[in-house]
Amino acid sequence: MEAGTLVEWRIKPGDAVTRGQVVAVVETQKGAIDVEIWDSGIVDRLVARPGAKIPVGEVLALLRGDGKTAAPPATTPSAIAPTAVTAPVPSAAQSAADRQKISPSARRLAQELGVDLATVQAQTADGVISRADIERAAATAKPAAVAPAAGDWRAQMRKAIAAAMARAKREIPHYYLATDIDVTPLLAWLAAENAKRSVVERLLPAVPLMKAVALALREVPELNGFWIDGAFRPSSAVHLGMAIAMRGGGLVAPAIHDADRKTCDELMAALRDLITRVRGGRLRSSEMADPTVTLTSLGEQGVAQVFGVIYPPQVAIVGLGRIRERPWVTAGTVAVRQVLTASLAADHRVSDGHRGALFLAALDRLLQAPETLAEKA
Amino acid sequence: MSAPDRQQLQAAIFDAIGAIAPEVDPADIRPDQPLRQQVDLDSFDFLNVIIRLHEILGIDIPESDYGELLTLDRAVDYLLRRCGGSTAGK
Repeated sequence: MEAGTLVEWRIKPGDAVTRGQVVAVVETQKGAIDVEIWDSGIVDRLVARPGAKIPVGEVLALLRGDGKTAAPPATTPSAIAPTAVTAPVPSAAQSAADRQKISPSARRLAQELGVDLATVQAQTADGVISRADIERAAATAKPAAVAPAAGDWRAQMRKAIAAAMARAKREIPHYYLATDIDVTPLLAWLAAENAKRSVVERLLPAVPLMKAVALALREVPELNGFWIDGAFRPSSAVHLGMAIAMRGGGLVAPAIHDADRKTCDELMAALRDLITRVRGGRLRSSEMADPTVTLTSLGEQGVAQVFGVIYPPQVAIVGLGRIRERPWVTAGTVAVRQVLTASLAADHRVSDGHRGALFLAALDRLLQAPETLAEKA
Repeated sequence: MSAPDRQQLQAAIFDAIGAIAPEVDPADIRPDQPLRQQVDLDSFDFLNVIIRLHEILGIDIPESDYGELLTLDRAVDYLLRRCGGSTAGK
């Protein structure tokens, strides 16, 4: 991603802005993205004009710190690229540079690859930019080098997917596990729950499944985090990347933040909001940037199981197939049960099959007690 | 308001689908074939159709009745019953 087109401003000079606020909308290869600001302050001046094509890292606006009259050149670079994962809005070149922590080898690599450091954001809690962060920024920059005309974002998205998936298959030694889970109790609980709810409050089966996946990940932290610079960096938060198909092809996997700490109702609201914005082409830069693991659910299309390709630098992807009626043997008796095949593709550099199996076992255990899933936060 | 007729109910369904799948031409939908596959509606889309029908027609379709909405024809029959219309003209 090298450039985006500024669609509109959501702020004007004199406005007070807070970190995380959406300040502008930028058209990119993945559709329109809401650009969030990474500093708080007062908007001093809008530099970029709507309609203008803006290279990543370019100053979009000037901020001044809260209450100060002097205007340190805080800025809103063109952030954007969902894939540029990062690129959001540091402040002015200098102040950003002051704050940025970066390893010397990563800085050299950035120079070699022509990556603007102002557009790079560290993936880890310590905030140190690594070679992997630079590589990711460079990789995502490339597809866009081919003129991202507004109309062919779908082709651009295809290229972004191609780059990420080719890298995954090249670099990540995947291992794959799957198990069948009896979800009859889950569906019974869900049906009873939804019968009590009005149509707008209903939960989709995906919701308790997301919750169980997020909680099970807490038990096996080797599956949640990033592989960066030859080392695993676990994430204490579970930001669940939801693979969401676009109508007519393509997909994105933006994050539902802290999925393990959300109630089922909060997850449903978050999922609804996310799918609506994916299909309406309105994602936020941070959502594209920081999933710590991905969940893909192809059951809707009728397949019994799916083995995912890990999205680098993540280290695992969980796959859910279609829930279907199957003969199921318990205590010597065959019964018809609702069965879901859950799979895990994980990075063998970080975890082994034994740990992966524990994750699937935890998922199974959690799904047998759906009523406790609902409340757990 | 008098009970809606088949045509109005069909229009409501097209309206609900059109909000989700604007590329679909209602004329291409085969009324006796499964609706969701033809229009490529996932469970989220389908829930939105149910919500939209709730807004348009004021009826709450319980989950246990989702099977009644398998095809366009069956959905219209079902909605006709739910909206208190007569099926006599069928």
